[in-house]
Amino acid sequence: MIELVSSVVPVGGGFTPLVVDFPFERNYVESIIYVSLYVSLTAVLLGTLVSLPIAILVGFSQFPGKGFVVALINTGMGFPSVVVGLVVLFAVSNQGPLGTFDLVFTTEAMIMSQFVLATPVITGVSLAAVTSVEDGVRDAAYAMGGTRLDVALVTIKEARFGIATGILAGLGRAISEVGSVLIVGGNIVSADGTSVTRTLTTAIQLEARQGRFELAMILGAILVTLVLLINGIVLRLGGGRV
Amino acid sequence: MIQRREFLAAPVGGVTAALAGCTGGDGGEKAAILEETLTLTTTTSTYDTGLLDVVNAAFEDRYGVDVDAVALGTGAALETARSGDSDVVLVHARSLEDAFIREGYGVNRRDLMFNDFAVVGPEDDPAGIDGMDEVTAAFRAIAETESTFISRGDDSGTHAKELAIWDEAGVEPGGEWYRVAGSGMGEVLTQANQTPGYTLADRGSYRSHGSGLDISIRVEGPIEGGPELLANPYGIVAVNPAVHENVNYDLAMSYIGFITSRAGQEIIEEYTVGGEQLFFPESVSGDPNFQQYVPGDWTPDDE
Repeated sequence: MIELVSSVVPVGGGFTPLVVDFPFERNYVESIIYVSLYVSLTAVLLGTLVSLPIAILVGFSQFPGKGFVVALINTGMGFPSVVVGLVVLFAVSNQGPLGTFDLVFTTEAMIMSQFVLATPVITGVSLAAVTSVEDGVRDAAYAMGGTRLDVALVTIKEARFGIATGILAGLGRAISEVGSVLIVGGNIVSADGTSVTRTLTTAIQLEARQGRFELAMILGAILVTLVLLINGIVLRLGGGRV
Repeated sequence: MIQRREFLAAPVGGVTAALAGCTGGDGGEKAAILEETLTLTTTTSTYDTGLLDVVNAAFEDRYGVDVDAVALGTGAALETARSGDSDVVLVHARSLEDAFIREGYGVNRRDLMFNDFAVVGPEDDPAGIDGMDEVTAAFRAIAETESTFISRGDDSGTHAKELAIWDEAGVEPGGEWYRVAGSGMGEVLTQANQTPGYTLADRGSYRSHGSGLDISIRVEGPIEGGPELLANPYGIVAVNPAVHENVNYDLAMSYIGFITSRAGQEIIEEYTVGGEQLFFPESVSGDPNFQQYVPGDWTPDDE
């Protein structure tokens, strides 16, 4: 019977060889943090670039079917990540339409699926923020002789906290999801213990699967700390008053 | 023949130098000498025990290529290979491997290694199966006493074996006592431990499970003198390059060559968890075993 893992301090007595074998090394943890951040931040950056124009366009204009578009965006906010993962897997698989690019089990495929997950969240929250900017502000901008662009800029400035919240919500969705990155990324680590497509969430899932709950918890704490840090940084950059 | 020590030490000059520039972590520069990557889909039992880390490190040292090992159930591993998304599969369900080869997706199968399954269950042993010689009798006892049994239910090699045993025992499992988890071995062991209940586990996953399990082995496999029905042989198959021209067949065969070589088999032999050997190599053999290359029930008249 295997002894219970009682501690994860890297040096010290009383360990089973299992603990020593476990690649919980600096390089390992750093590389999974790197992959997590690289994938999620890239996906959120791309998502933001797509989301903001959509949010402003939809927020500023009136057209038939607008309600439907908004409903569509809001539905996208609730896409199950495993379903997105499956769809992306079909797309990038060698049998799929993007098969020639050899994207399956790569960070690029993971970025694609997180992009699909994060974009509706960023769009939806930003749209709500843009819409909620008081008409008076816009009217004032018009009255002062502003062009449509000026008015848009003023609105974005007024809505910036809401937009920042949207981006953070998108990032939270991306970095904390496990379903799609596991499917399209494959949770791969190279033989020297450097993560190829392993993220914090898939690493946690792996530890939990093997019954190493304490190690899973530690990785979980790292993930939460990371999200907290990013939130702090973004809010500070955004001006702090939230 | 190169001894393992030498073979691990030899490439230090060339390969390590080539690899040194590639550990920076930026995804674009991962490739080494051949600038190629081998994708291996395999089962959770080989991956979670840590065996593949050791084997793949040695292979990467020797060939200077990256091995991307993706741990899935046997069914999913073969399915991924069927769609051409992996180059080589290492699995443990002969019937599924045979189907894979018969359909033309796999070529050059080799017997690789074996360990065994065991029936694990709670200390109070409600079905009274402790120490039974026949696993079919043990399964019948579990069904008759309606003791909780947790099935993998995920089309894995272990799941296939479990279904074969129920079949052999002449029992159609069902009812509230039979729970289908749809999860990996580690998760099912955790569930069986918590519930508590019986389950069928491969020895490697059971031994390397990280949390302290209260359930213990009730019916031993053949390694400890148990019934042959609980044998757990692993095979390795390359994906047919005629079906998927994108697969890296050269590298897949290099990997098969390496892992079935004396050096590769020695790594398997020497791999231990908690002082216990988990896998027993069977590739290097003086007695020809032709059945390893073809589907198990194949005869020359099949054509």
